Amino acid sequence: MKWDISDIKDWGPGRHEPGAVIPEAGNAIAYKTGGWRTNRPVRDDEKCTQCLFCFFFCPDASVLLADGKVADFDLDHCKGCAICATECPVDAITMHPESEFRRKAE
Amino acid sequence: MSTTTEKLLAVTGNQAVAMAMKQLDPDVVAAYPITPQTDVVQTFSQYVADGVVKAEFVTVESEHSAMSACIGSAAAGARTMTATSSAGFALMWEVVYVAASLRLPIIMTTVNRALSGPINIHCDHSDSMGGRDSGWIQIYNEDAQEAYDATVMSFPIAEHADVRLPLMNMYDGFIISGAIGPLRPLSDETVKAFAGEQPVVRTLLKPDEPITVGPFDGLHGWYFEHKIAQNRAMEAALPIIQDTYDRFAEVSGRQYHHLMQYDMEDADVAIVVIGSAAGTARTVIKTLRDEGIKAGLIKIRTFRPFPTEEMARALSGVKAVAVLDRADSFGAQGGPLYLEVLAALYQKGVHTKTVNCIYGLGGRDLYPRNIEDVYRMLADAANGGDLPHSRVYLNMKGE
Repeated sequence: MKWDISDIKDWGPGRHEPGAVIPEAGNAIAYKTGGWRTNRPVRDDEKCTQCLFCFFFCPDASVLLADGKVADFDLDHCKGCAICATECPVDAITMHPESEFRRKAE
Repeated sequence: MSTTTEKLLAVTGNQAVAMAMKQLDPDVVAAYPITPQTDVVQTFSQYVADGVVKAEFVTVESEHSAMSACIGSAAAGARTMTATSSAGFALMWEVVYVAASLRLPIIMTTVNRALSGPINIHCDHSDSMGGRDSGWIQIYNEDAQEAYDATVMSFPIAEHADVRLPLMNMYDGFIISGAIGPLRPLSDETVKAFAGEQPVVRTLLKPDEPITVGPFDGLHGWYFEHKIAQNRAMEAALPIIQDTYDRFAEVSGRQYHHLMQYDMEDADVAIVVIGSAAGTARTVIKTLRDEGIKAGLIKIRTFRPFPTEEMARALSGVKAVAVLDRADSFGAQGGPLYLEVLAALYQKGVHTKTVNCIYGLGGRDLYPRNIEDVYRMLADAANGGDLPHSRVYLNMKGE
Protein backbone atom coordinates (compact mmCIF):
# COMPACT_ATOMS: atom_id res chain seq x y z
CA MET A 1 0.00 0.00 0.00
CA LYS A 2 1.17 3.51 -0.83
CA TRP A 3 -0.76 5.05 2.06
CA ASP A 4 1.58 4.99 5.02
CA ILE A 5 -0.42 4.06 8.09
CA SER A 6 2.44 2.46 10.01
CA ASP A 7 1.83 4.73 13.02
CA ILE A 8 -1.96 5.05 12.64
CA LYS A 9 -2.48 3.83 16.21
CA ASP A 10 -1.17 7.22 17.32
CA TRP A 11 -3.19 9.35 14.91
CA GLY A 12 -5.36 12.08 16.43
CA PRO A 13 -8.41 13.72 14.80
CA GLY A 14 -6.28 16.03 12.64
CA ARG A 15 -4.27 13.28 10.93
CA HIS A 16 -7.16 11.38 9.35
CA GLU A 17 -8.63 12.05 5.93
CA PRO A 18 -11.91 14.02 6.24
CA GLY A 19 -14.90 11.70 6.01
CA ALA A 20 -12.74 8.62 6.75
CA VAL A 21 -11.81 8.43 3.09
CA ILE A 22 -9.06 5.91 2.34
CA PRO A 23 -6.87 7.60 -0.29
CA GLU A 24 -6.24 4.46 -2.30
CA ALA A 25 -8.19 1.47 -3.56
CA GLY A 26 -7.62 -2.28 -3.35
CA ASN A 27 -6.80 -2.22 0.34
CA ALA A 28 -9.10 -5.03 1.47
CA ILE A 29 -6.16 -7.42 1.05
CA ALA A 30 -4.61 -5.83 4.11
CA TYR A 31 -7.63 -6.80 6.21
CA LYS A 32 -7.29 -10.50 6.96
CA THR A 33 -10.65 -12.10 7.61
CA GLY A 34 -9.50 -15.75 7.68
CA GLY A 35 -9.77 -15.69 11.46
CA TRP A 36 -13.57 -15.45 11.20
CA ARG A 37 -13.67 -18.98 9.71
CA THR A 38 -15.00 -21.95 11.66
CA ASN A 39 -15.16 -24.40 8.70
CA ARG A 40 -12.43 -24.71 6.08
CA PRO A 41 -13.08 -25.72 2.44
CA VAL A 42 -11.17 -28.74 1.17
CA ARG A 43 -11.12 -29.59 -2.54
CA ASP A 44 -10.86 -33.14 -3.91
CA ASP A 45 -8.65 -32.79 -7.00
CA GLU A 46 -9.87 -36.09 -8.44
CA LYS A 47 -13.55 -35.12 -8.30
CA CYS A 48 -12.94 -31.53 -9.47
CA THR A 49 -13.82 -30.90 -13.13
CA GLN A 50 -12.29 -27.39 -13.15
CA CYS A 51 -15.66 -25.81 -13.99
CA LEU A 52 -14.56 -22.73 -11.95
CA PHE A 53 -18.00 -22.29 -10.33
CA CYS A 54 -16.28 -21.91 -6.96
CA PHE A 55 -14.01 -19.21 -8.37
CA PHE A 56 -16.93 -17.22 -9.76
CA PHE A 57 -19.19 -17.64 -6.73
CA CYS A 58 -16.65 -16.90 -3.98
CA PRO A 59 -17.67 -13.49 -2.53
CA ASP A 60 -14.20 -12.91 -1.08
CA ALA A 61 -12.07 -13.74 -4.14
CA SER A 62 -10.48 -16.47 -2.04
CA VAL A 63 -10.39 -19.22 -4.68
CA LEU A 64 -6.92 -18.96 -6.20
CA LEU A 65 -6.20 -19.97 -9.79
CA ALA A 66 -2.98 -21.08 -11.43
CA ASP A 67 -2.84 -21.30 -15.23
CA GLY A 68 -6.61 -20.91 -15.37
CA LYS A 69 -7.27 -23.79 -13.00
CA VAL A 70 -8.38 -23.91 -9.39
CA ALA A 71 -5.24 -24.35 -7.34
CA ASP A 72 -5.86 -23.35 -3.74
CA PHE A 73 -7.88 -21.31 -1.24
CA ASP A 74 -6.65 -18.02 0.19
CA LEU A 75 -7.04 -18.95 3.84
CA ASP A 76 -5.99 -15.46 4.99
CA HIS A 77 -9.27 -14.14 3.62
CA CYS A 78 -11.66 -17.13 3.26
CA LYS A 79 -14.41 -16.70 5.92
CA GLY A 80 -15.63 -20.28 5.53
CA CYS A 81 -19.04 -19.30 4.15
CA ALA A 82 -19.26 -22.60 2.18
CA ILE A 83 -20.79 -21.04 -0.92
CA CYS A 84 -18.09 -22.84 -2.95
CA ALA A 85 -19.04 -26.21 -1.42
CA THR A 86 -22.75 -25.52 -1.95
CA GLU A 87 -22.34 -24.46 -5.58
CA CYS A 88 -19.87 -27.21 -6.64
CA PRO A 89 -21.87 -29.39 -9.06
CA VAL A 90 -19.81 -32.53 -8.34
CA ASP A 91 -19.41 -32.11 -4.57
CA ALA A 92 -15.67 -31.82 -4.89
CA ILE A 93 -15.50 -29.25 -2.05
CA THR A 94 -16.31 -30.23 1.53
CA MET A 95 -16.23 -28.15 4.70
CA HIS A 96 -14.22 -29.28 7.73
CA PRO A 97 -14.06 -27.76 11.23
CA GLU A 98 -10.92 -25.73 11.82
CA SER A 99 -10.35 -27.81 14.98
CA GLU A 100 -9.46 -30.80 12.78
CA PHE A 101 -6.58 -28.87 11.23
CA ARG A 102 -5.38 -27.59 14.57
CA ARG A 103 -5.32 -31.18 15.91
CA LYS A 104 -3.38 -32.30 12.84
CA ALA A 105 -0.89 -29.49 13.33
CA GLU A 106 -0.35 -30.58 16.92
CA MET B 1 -22.48 48.80 -9.49
CA SER B 2 -25.82 47.23 -8.72
CA THR B 3 -25.74 43.48 -9.11
CA THR B 4 -29.34 42.86 -8.15
CA THR B 5 -31.91 42.70 -10.88
CA GLU B 6 -34.11 45.77 -10.98
CA LYS B 7 -37.27 43.78 -10.53
CA LEU B 8 -38.98 43.28 -7.21
CA LEU B 9 -40.87 40.00 -7.53
CA ALA B 10 -43.85 38.64 -5.62
CA VAL B 11 -43.15 34.95 -5.05
CA THR B 12 -43.70 32.21 -2.50
CA GLY B 13 -40.79 31.03 -0.35
CA ASN B 14 -40.65 27.81 -2.32
CA GLN B 15 -40.53 29.65 -5.64
CA ALA B 16 -37.74 31.85 -4.31
CA VAL B 17 -35.64 28.83 -3.39
CA ALA B 18 -36.38 27.06 -6.68
CA MET B 19 -35.22 30.22 -8.44
CA ALA B 20 -31.96 30.22 -6.48
CA MET B 21 -31.48 26.54 -7.36
CA LYS B 22 -32.06 27.37 -11.03
CA GLN B 23 -29.44 30.09 -10.91
CA LEU B 24 -26.96 27.84 -9.09
CA ASP B 25 -27.72 25.00 -11.54
CA PRO B 26 -26.12 22.22 -9.45
CA ASP B 27 -24.98 18.99 -11.14
CA VAL B 28 -27.53 16.79 -9.40
CA VAL B 29 -30.82 17.18 -7.55
CA ALA B 30 -32.29 14.02 -6.05
CA ALA B 31 -35.52 14.59 -4.18
CA TYR B 32 -38.90 13.24 -3.18
CA PRO B 33 -41.93 15.49 -2.85
CA ILE B 34 -43.57 16.19 0.52
CA THR B 35 -45.86 18.96 1.73
CA PRO B 36 -44.97 21.82 2.18
CA GLN B 37 -41.68 21.41 0.29
CA THR B 38 -43.22 19.95 -2.89
CA ASP B 39 -43.15 22.90 -5.23
CA VAL B 40 -39.44 23.53 -4.59
CA VAL B 41 -38.54 20.30 -6.38
CA GLN B 42 -41.60 20.35 -8.63
CA THR B 43 -40.60 23.77 -9.95
CA PHE B 44 -36.99 22.70 -10.28
CA SER B 45 -37.93 19.52 -12.15
CA GLN B 46 -39.88 21.73 -14.55
CA TYR B 47 -36.70 23.74 -15.17
CA VAL B 48 -34.95 20.44 -15.93
CA ALA B 49 -37.74 19.31 -18.26
CA ASP B 50 -37.70 22.68 -20.05
CA GLY B 51 -33.95 22.52 -20.50
CA VAL B 52 -33.46 25.75 -18.54
CA VAL B 53 -30.87 24.02 -16.33
CA LYS B 54 -28.31 21.34 -17.05
CA ALA B 55 -28.79 19.54 -13.73
CA GLU B 56 -29.56 15.84 -13.53
CA PHE B 57 -32.84 15.36 -11.67
CA VAL B 58 -33.06 11.98 -9.97
CA THR B 59 -36.55 10.86 -9.05
CA VAL B 60 -36.50 8.41 -6.17
CA GLU B 61 -38.97 6.27 -4.24
CA SER B 62 -38.39 7.77 -0.81
CA GLU B 63 -36.44 10.39 1.12
CA HIS B 64 -34.05 7.73 2.38
CA SER B 65 -33.24 7.06 -1.27
CA ALA B 66 -33.11 10.77 -2.06
CA MET B 67 -30.41 11.39 0.52
CA SER B 68 -28.62 8.16 -0.45
CA ALA B 69 -28.55 9.30 -4.08
CA CYS B 70 -27.27 12.70 -2.93
CA ILE B 71 -24.47 11.01 -0.99
CA GLY B 72 -23.39 8.98 -4.02
CA SER B 73 -23.60 12.03 -6.20
CA ALA B 74 -21.61 14.27 -3.85
CA ALA B 75 -19.01 11.55 -3.26
CA ALA B 76 -18.61 11.37 -7.02
CA GLY B 77 -17.77 15.07 -6.99
CA ALA B 78 -21.06 16.52 -8.22
CA ARG B 79 -22.59 19.63 -6.70
CA THR B 80 -25.73 18.22 -5.13
CA MET B 81 -28.95 19.66 -3.71
CA THR B 82 -32.19 18.30 -2.33
CA ALA B 83 -35.20 19.43 -0.32
CA THR B 84 -37.53 17.90 2.22
CA SER B 85 -39.90 18.47 5.14
CA SER B 86 -41.13 16.78 8.29
CA ALA B 87 -41.67 13.02 7.89
CA GLY B 88 -39.48 13.05 4.80
CA PHE B 89 -36.59 14.38 6.85
CA ALA B 90 -37.36 11.80 9.52
CA LEU B 91 -37.24 9.02 6.92
CA MET B 92 -33.82 10.27 5.78
CA TRP B 93 -32.50 10.06 9.31
CA GLU B 94 -29.92 7.30 8.94
CA VAL B 95 -28.30 8.76 5.85
CA VAL B 96 -28.48 12.36 7.05
CA TYR B 97 -25.77 11.35 9.53
CA VAL B 98 -23.83 9.52 6.80
CA ALA B 99 -23.78 12.66 4.62
CA ALA B 100 -22.24 14.62 7.49
CA SER B 101 -19.76 11.97 8.55
CA LEU B 102 -18.55 11.51 4.97
CA ARG B 103 -18.04 15.29 4.94
CA LEU B 104 -20.08 15.82 1.78
CA PRO B 105 -21.20 19.42 1.09
CA ILE B 106 -24.78 18.56 0.13
CA ILE B 107 -27.25 21.46 0.30
CA MET B 108 -30.74 20.69 1.54
CA THR B 109 -33.75 22.94 1.90
CA THR B 110 -35.82 21.78 4.85
CA VAL B 111 -39.21 23.47 4.86
CA ASN B 112 -40.25 23.26 8.50
CA ARG B 113 -43.31 21.16 9.25
CA ALA B 114 -44.54 19.33 12.33
CA LEU B 115 -43.83 15.66 12.92
CA SER B 116 -46.71 13.25 13.54
CA GLY B 117 -48.84 12.69 15.43
CA PRO B 118 -51.62 13.57 15.34
CA ILE B 119 -50.85 13.86 11.64
CA ASN B 120 -50.30 17.53 10.93
CA ILE B 121 -48.92 19.21 7.83
CA HIS B 122 -48.44 22.68 9.29
CA CYS B 123 -45.41 24.52 10.50
CA ASP B 124 -43.27 23.89 13.49
CA HIS B 125 -39.58 23.23 13.90
CA SER B 126 -39.63 19.72 15.32
CA ASP B 127 -38.33 18.19 12.08
CA SER B 128 -35.08 20.13 11.66
CA MET B 129 -34.58 20.61 15.42
CA GLY B 130 -34.55 16.83 15.69
CA GLY B 131 -31.62 16.88 13.29
CA ARG B 132 -29.64 19.49 15.16
CA ASP B 133 -27.05 16.96 16.31
CA SER B 134 -26.65 15.28 12.92
CA GLY B 135 -23.55 17.24 11.92
CA TRP B 136 -25.25 19.48 9.37
CA ILE B 137 -24.83 23.23 9.37
CA GLN B 138 -28.26 24.73 10.06
CA ILE B 139 -29.36 28.17 8.85
CA TYR B 140 -32.88 29.36 9.72
CA ASN B 141 -34.54 31.96 7.54
CA GLU B 142 -37.32 34.39 8.31
CA ASP B 143 -38.80 35.00 4.87
CA ALA B 144 -38.52 34.26 1.15
CA GLN B 145 -35.70 36.76 0.64
CA GLU B 146 -33.61 35.24 3.41
CA ALA B 147 -34.29 31.71 2.14
CA TYR B 148 -33.20 32.76 -1.36
CA ASP B 149 -30.10 34.52 -0.08
CA ALA B 150 -29.15 31.59 2.17
CA THR B 151 -29.44 29.19 -0.76
CA VAL B 152 -27.12 31.36 -2.84
CA MET B 153 -24.61 31.46 0.03
CA SER B 154 -24.69 27.72 0.74
CA PHE B 155 -22.02 26.14 -1.45
CA PRO B 156 -19.14 28.51 -0.54
CA ILE B 157 -19.78 27.71 3.15
CA ALA B 158 -20.29 23.96 2.82
CA GLU B 159 -17.43 23.42 0.37
CA HIS B 160 -14.86 25.53 2.21
CA ALA B 161 -11.70 23.47 2.74
CA ASP B 162 -11.88 23.91 6.52
CA VAL B 163 -15.57 23.00 6.67
CA ARG B 164 -16.72 20.38 4.15
CA LEU B 165 -20.02 19.73 5.85
CA PRO B 166 -23.55 19.42 4.50
CA LEU B 167 -25.78 22.43 5.06
CA MET B 168 -29.51 22.75 5.49
CA ASN B 169 -31.58 25.87 5.05
CA MET B 170 -34.87 26.16 6.87
CA TYR B 171 -37.93 28.34 6.55
CA ASP B 172 -41.43 28.03 7.92
CA GLY B 173 -43.83 25.74 6.11
CA PHE B 174 -46.88 27.48 4.58
CA ILE B 175 -46.24 30.76 6.45
CA ILE B 176 -43.22 31.34 4.20
CA SER B 177 -43.15 28.39 1.80
CA GLY B 178 -46.64 29.00 0.46
CA ALA B 179 -47.33 32.66 1.17
CA ILE B 180 -46.36 35.27 -1.40
CA GLY B 181 -43.80 37.81 -0.31
CA PRO B 182 -41.32 40.22 -1.85
CA LEU B 183 -38.11 38.97 -3.43
CA ARG B 184 -35.30 40.96 -4.96
CA PRO B 185 -33.25 38.33 -6.75
CA LEU B 186 -29.66 38.68 -7.87
CA SER B 187 -28.69 38.38 -11.50
CA ASP B 188 -27.74 34.92 -12.80
CA GLU B 189 -24.15 36.09 -13.27
CA THR B 190 -23.92 37.38 -9.70
CA VAL B 191 -25.24 34.11 -8.27
CA LYS B 192 -22.89 32.01 -10.39
CA ALA B 193 -19.91 34.19 -9.53
CA PHE B 194 -20.73 34.09 -5.83
CA ALA B 195 -21.10 30.31 -5.78
CA GLY B 196 -17.88 30.01 -7.80
CA GLU B 197 -16.40 26.72 -8.87
CA GLN B 198 -16.43 23.69 -6.63
CA PRO B 199 -12.99 23.23 -5.04
CA VAL B 200 -11.11 20.15 -6.16
CA VAL B 201 -11.16 17.35 -3.58
CA ARG B 202 -10.80 13.59 -3.67
CA THR B 203 -13.80 12.08 -5.41
CA LEU B 204 -14.92 8.72 -6.69
CA LEU B 205 -14.82 9.79 -10.34
CA LYS B 206 -11.05 10.14 -10.66
CA PRO B 207 -9.86 6.78 -12.05
CA ASP B 208 -6.21 7.79 -11.70
CA GLU B 209 -6.60 8.48 -7.98
CA PRO B 210 -8.89 5.73 -6.69
CA ILE B 211 -10.24 6.12 -3.16
CA THR B 212 -12.41 4.17 -0.76
CA VAL B 213 -15.46 5.99 0.64
CA GLY B 214 -17.49 4.78 3.61
CA PRO B 215 -15.17 2.09 4.97
CA PHE B 216 -15.92 -0.04 8.04
CA ASP B 217 -14.18 1.46 11.05
CA GLY B 218 -13.34 -1.92 12.56
CA LEU B 219 -13.65 -2.91 16.18
CA HIS B 220 -10.83 -0.77 17.53
CA GLY B 221 -10.83 2.02 14.97
CA TRP B 222 -10.95 5.79 14.82
CA TYR B 223 -14.68 6.54 14.91
CA PHE B 224 -14.09 8.70 18.00
CA GLU B 225 -11.39 10.77 16.26
CA HIS B 226 -13.59 11.25 13.19
CA LYS B 227 -16.42 12.58 15.39
CA ILE B 228 -13.99 15.05 16.96
CA ALA B 229 -12.87 16.13 13.49
CA GLN B 230 -16.52 16.75 12.55
CA ASN B 231 -17.01 18.98 15.55
CA ARG B 232 -13.81 20.88 14.79
CA ALA B 233 -15.14 21.49 11.28
CA MET B 234 -18.33 22.86 12.85
CA GLU B 235 -16.29 25.21 15.05
CA ALA B 236 -14.27 26.31 12.02
CA ALA B 237 -17.50 26.97 10.12
CA LEU B 238 -18.73 29.74 12.45
CA PRO B 239 -16.31 32.50 11.26
CA ILE B 240 -16.46 31.18 7.69
CA ILE B 241 -20.23 31.56 7.68
CA GLN B 242 -19.89 35.16 8.87
CA ASP B 243 -17.24 35.85 6.21
CA THR B 244 -19.65 34.51 3.63
CA TYR B 245 -22.47 36.68 5.00
CA ASP B 246 -20.10 39.69 4.72
CA ARG B 247 -19.03 38.87 1.14
CA PHE B 248 -22.70 38.42 0.25
CA ALA B 249 -23.48 41.89 1.60
CA GLU B 250 -21.01 43.34 -0.90
CA VAL B 251 -22.92 41.93 -3.88
CA SER B 252 -26.46 42.16 -2.53
CA GLY B 253 -26.51 45.07 -0.08
CA ARG B 254 -28.11 42.70 2.45
CA GLN B 255 -26.00 42.15 5.57
CA TYR B 256 -26.60 39.03 7.64
CA HIS B 257 -25.24 37.95 11.02
CA HIS B 258 -25.46 34.74 13.03
CA LEU B 259 -27.82 36.70 15.26
CA MET B 260 -29.94 39.48 13.84
CA GLN B 261 -30.54 42.03 16.56
CA TYR B 262 -33.36 44.56 16.65
CA ASP B 263 -33.52 47.38 19.20
CA MET B 264 -31.05 45.53 21.41
CA GLU B 265 -28.74 48.52 22.09
CA ASP B 266 -30.69 49.69 25.16
CA ALA B 267 -33.04 46.74 25.67
CA ASP B 268 -34.15 45.82 29.20
CA VAL B 269 -36.16 42.84 27.99
CA ALA B 270 -35.62 40.65 24.96
CA ILE B 271 -37.14 37.83 23.00
CA VAL B 272 -34.98 35.24 21.24
CA VAL B 273 -36.70 33.55 18.35
CA ILE B 274 -36.13 31.66 15.10
CA GLY B 275 -37.95 31.91 11.77
CA SER B 276 -41.00 33.85 10.64
CA ALA B 277 -42.17 34.68 14.18
CA ALA B 278 -39.39 37.27 14.26
CA GLY B 279 -41.38 39.37 11.80
CA THR B 280 -44.43 39.30 14.06
CA ALA B 281 -42.30 40.18 17.08
CA ARG B 282 -40.75 43.19 15.33
CA THR B 283 -44.17 44.69 14.70
CA VAL B 284 -44.90 44.52 18.44
CA ILE B 285 -41.73 46.23 19.61
CA LYS B 286 -42.77 49.72 18.53
CA THR B 287 -46.03 49.54 20.49
CA LEU B 288 -44.15 48.51 23.62
CA ARG B 289 -41.44 51.11 23.17
CA ASP B 290 -44.17 53.77 22.90
CA GLU B 291 -45.37 52.56 26.30
CA GLY B 292 -41.86 52.87 27.74
CA ILE B 293 -40.95 49.17 27.74
CA LYS B 294 -37.43 48.86 26.32
CA ALA B 295 -38.06 45.78 24.23
CA GLY B 296 -35.49 44.12 21.95
CA LEU B 297 -35.38 41.10 19.70
CA ILE B 298 -32.76 38.56 18.67
CA LYS B 299 -33.42 36.38 15.67
CA ILE B 300 -31.14 33.38 15.30
CA ARG B 301 -30.03 32.61 11.76
CA THR B 302 -27.04 30.36 12.40
CA PHE B 303 -28.13 27.61 14.78
CA ARG B 304 -25.48 24.98 13.96
CA PRO B 305 -22.77 25.85 14.71
CA PHE B 306 -24.26 27.81 17.61
CA PRO B 307 -22.91 31.36 18.07
CA THR B 308 -22.39 31.03 21.83
CA GLU B 309 -20.27 34.13 22.41
CA GLU B 310 -22.44 36.38 20.26
CA MET B 311 -25.52 35.21 22.13
CA ALA B 312 -24.03 35.82 25.57
CA ARG B 313 -22.75 39.24 24.49
CA ALA B 314 -26.09 40.24 22.99
CA LEU B 315 -27.95 39.34 26.20
CA SER B 316 -25.36 40.63 28.69
CA GLY B 317 -27.17 43.88 29.52
CA VAL B 318 -30.68 42.48 29.44
CA LYS B 319 -32.72 42.04 32.63
CA ALA B 320 -35.19 39.41 31.43
CA VAL B 321 -35.21 37.14 28.38
CA ALA B 322 -37.88 34.94 26.83
CA VAL B 323 -36.73 32.23 24.44
CA LEU B 324 -39.46 31.20 22.02
CA ASP B 325 -39.31 27.60 20.82
CA ARG B 326 -41.42 26.29 17.95
CA ALA B 327 -40.48 22.72 18.92
CA ASP B 328 -40.52 21.00 22.27
CA SER B 329 -38.02 18.57 23.71
CA PHE B 330 -40.23 16.31 25.78
CA GLY B 331 -38.89 15.66 29.24
CA ALA B 332 -36.04 18.11 28.83
CA GLN B 333 -35.82 21.35 30.79
CA GLY B 334 -37.11 23.31 27.81
CA GLY B 335 -37.17 23.53 24.03
CA PRO B 336 -33.94 23.13 22.05
CA LEU B 337 -33.39 26.85 21.55
CA TYR B 338 -33.96 27.62 25.24
CA LEU B 339 -31.41 25.04 26.37
CA GLU B 340 -28.88 26.38 23.92
CA VAL B 341 -29.35 29.98 25.11
CA LEU B 342 -29.23 28.97 28.78
CA ALA B 343 -25.97 27.11 28.24
CA ALA B 344 -24.45 30.11 26.46
CA LEU B 345 -25.47 32.45 29.29
CA TYR B 346 -24.14 30.15 32.01
CA GLN B 347 -20.90 29.45 30.21
CA LYS B 348 -20.17 33.14 29.73
CA GLY B 349 -21.26 34.12 33.23
CA VAL B 350 -24.23 36.21 32.14
CA HIS B 351 -26.88 36.31 34.85
CA THR B 352 -30.32 37.28 33.67
CA LYS B 353 -33.85 36.07 34.26
CA THR B 354 -35.04 33.62 31.60
CA VAL B 355 -38.26 31.92 30.59
CA ASN B 356 -39.08 29.42 27.86
CA CYS B 357 -42.18 29.97 25.76
CA ILE B 358 -43.44 27.23 23.46
CA TYR B 359 -45.54 28.42 20.53
CA GLY B 360 -46.78 27.49 17.10
CA LEU B 361 -46.73 23.70 17.40
CA GLY B 362 -48.51 22.12 14.45
CA GLY B 363 -49.06 25.53 12.91
CA ARG B 364 -50.84 27.17 15.87
CA ASP B 365 -51.03 30.88 15.12
CA LEU B 366 -48.85 33.30 17.01
CA TYR B 367 -50.60 36.65 17.28
CA PRO B 368 -48.99 40.00 18.04
CA ARG B 369 -50.95 40.04 21.32
CA ASN B 370 -49.29 36.76 22.36
CA ILE B 371 -45.88 38.36 21.92
CA GLU B 372 -47.03 41.51 23.70
CA ASP B 373 -48.03 39.33 26.66
CA VAL B 374 -44.53 37.85 26.72
CA TYR B 375 -42.88 41.27 26.69
CA ARG B 376 -45.17 42.49 29.50
CA MET B 377 -44.30 39.39 31.55
CA LEU B 378 -40.62 40.18 30.98
CA ALA B 379 -41.12 43.83 31.91
CA ASP B 380 -42.66 42.74 35.25
CA ALA B 381 -39.66 40.48 35.85
CA ALA B 382 -37.26 43.30 34.97
CA ASN B 383 -38.98 45.34 37.70
CA GLY B 384 -38.37 42.66 40.31
CA GLY B 385 -41.04 40.07 39.54
CA ASP B 386 -40.45 36.38 38.99
CA LEU B 387 -40.63 34.41 35.75
CA PRO B 388 -42.23 30.94 35.59
CA HIS B 389 -39.79 28.05 35.83
CA SER B 390 -41.92 25.80 33.67
CA ARG B 391 -42.77 26.29 30.02
CA VAL B 392 -45.19 29.05 29.10
CA TYR B 393 -47.43 28.00 26.20
CA LEU B 394 -48.55 30.77 23.85
CA ASN B 395 -52.07 30.71 22.42
CA MET B 396 -52.93 27.40 24.06
CA LYS B 397 -56.60 26.38 24.05
CA GLY B 398 -58.51 25.62 27.25
CA GLU B 399 -56.65 26.48 30.47
